[in-house]
Amino acid sequence: MGLAERILQGDIRAAARLMKEVDDQIPSAVQELKKLYPHTGRAYVLGITGSPGVGKSTLTDKLITAFRAEGKKVGVLAIDPTSPFTGGAILGDRIRMQSHATDPGVFIRSLATRGAMGGLSKSTNAMAHILDAMGMDIVLIETVGVGQDEVDIFKTAQTAVVVTVPGLGDDVQAIKAGILEIAHIFVVNKADREGADRTVAELTMMLDLGHYGERDWRPMIIKAEALRGVGIEDLLEAISRHRAYLSRGPGLVTHRLERARVEFLEILRDMLAGRVLEGLEAQGRLEQIIAQLAAKETDPYSVAEEVLKERLRG
Amino acid sequence: MAKEKKLRILVGKCGLDGHDRGAKIIARAFRDAGFEVIYTGLHQTPEMIVSTAIQEDVDAITISILSGAHNYVFPRIIELLREKGADDIPVLGGGIVPEEDIPKLQAAGVKAIFGPGTPTTVPIDWIKDHVRARSAA
Repeated sequence: MGLAERILQGDIRAAARLMKEVDDQIPSAVQELKKLYPHTGRAYVLGITGSPGVGKSTLTDKLITAFRAEGKKVGVLAIDPTSPFTGGAILGDRIRMQSHATDPGVFIRSLATRGAMGGLSKSTNAMAHILDAMGMDIVLIETVGVGQDEVDIFKTAQTAVVVTVPGLGDDVQAIKAGILEIAHIFVVNKADREGADRTVAELTMMLDLGHYGERDWRPMIIKAEALRGVGIEDLLEAISRHRAYLSRGPGLVTHRLERARVEFLEILRDMLAGRVLEGLEAQGRLEQIIAQLAAKETDPYSVAEEVLKERLRG
Repeated sequence: MAKEKKLRILVGKCGLDGHDRGAKIIARAFRDAGFEVIYTGLHQTPEMIVSTAIQEDVDAITISILSGAHNYVFPRIIELLREKGADDIPVLGGGIVPEEDIPKLQAAGVKAIFGPGTPTTVPIDWIKDHVRARSAA
């Protein structure tokens, strides 16, 4: 029996193994993903993002508890950075979630970014599909600690929660483009700290500058102290309101279309690049080209055109 | 380049033992060796370790232990792995384990114990030598 069949029968080890093969880009994993794809699309994907240290993992931990209390099965993808120098990583988000380690209704997987930009890892989408096919009701994706521009989560998750804390920046930070634009819900965490109300006021002002029509979703702002469990109920309420908003209007369909588009283009790009690079590396030509470029014997545009012409003929 | 298999190694601490400096040093050394380290933090039960190892599909479990509970913790982890059909995952130990206990632990299935003062390169080389073979199989 293949991994996909075993996963559909509830085999945890098979799921964990396929996740590894996806992450390691083992070619056979693609065959398994194909078989799982028809069984996906039921899970609600929730993204948690924000700067390092704002409390994403702790918040995720409390959300797991809350969803479990509702009897929902929860899959978690927790992403931490890969070292650009050694390729290694310390994946420590789990530390805050270990109270759920032995709960059979919870599956937590730590992922390293492995060089991907954007706050997710390259395999995040596929991993979310696997959790979905395993029958998880909720898939929680905790991004790597992000700065201003890592907005990929917004393409994968139906609801994006951006976590911040008091004192991170002034009101100009709040009107810049990027991460603040993708939030459906803001959580001002560590709200017992000085300046929490000011942060809420600044976010509110930023939202007031936006033009939200009758039918638009205006992001909600929640104050929380995740460590003590304060504000978690409000957050849950905000999440279910956003979910209801999406299912009332065209939101869910739009999101599904957008997610499919982004995912397909990404896979296509990867497969194309993979096929082209494979040939170059096998013949040792890549190094030749790079040496030629460094010596200024040719230009990268001409070589790229030439290589593409050759590789795509077949 | 992209096709290289990454080794995923669990680093954990069990029971009431609150001294995690050694675990952090080894986690850092593993990271620098290019491993993906799943760090569980303190106060784990053998059940938590095994369940984590399975969900994360790790290539090896390393437990740092200084409390003297090794004679319980290691055999229990191995027993649970066996119950779940996951005893192909090697279990390694580090920390303070009296000489006379080592043969017993090895008989119980612990693959290696690294005592105080072991250079971090020793467990790293052990893992590279023994674990690559496992994931290739």
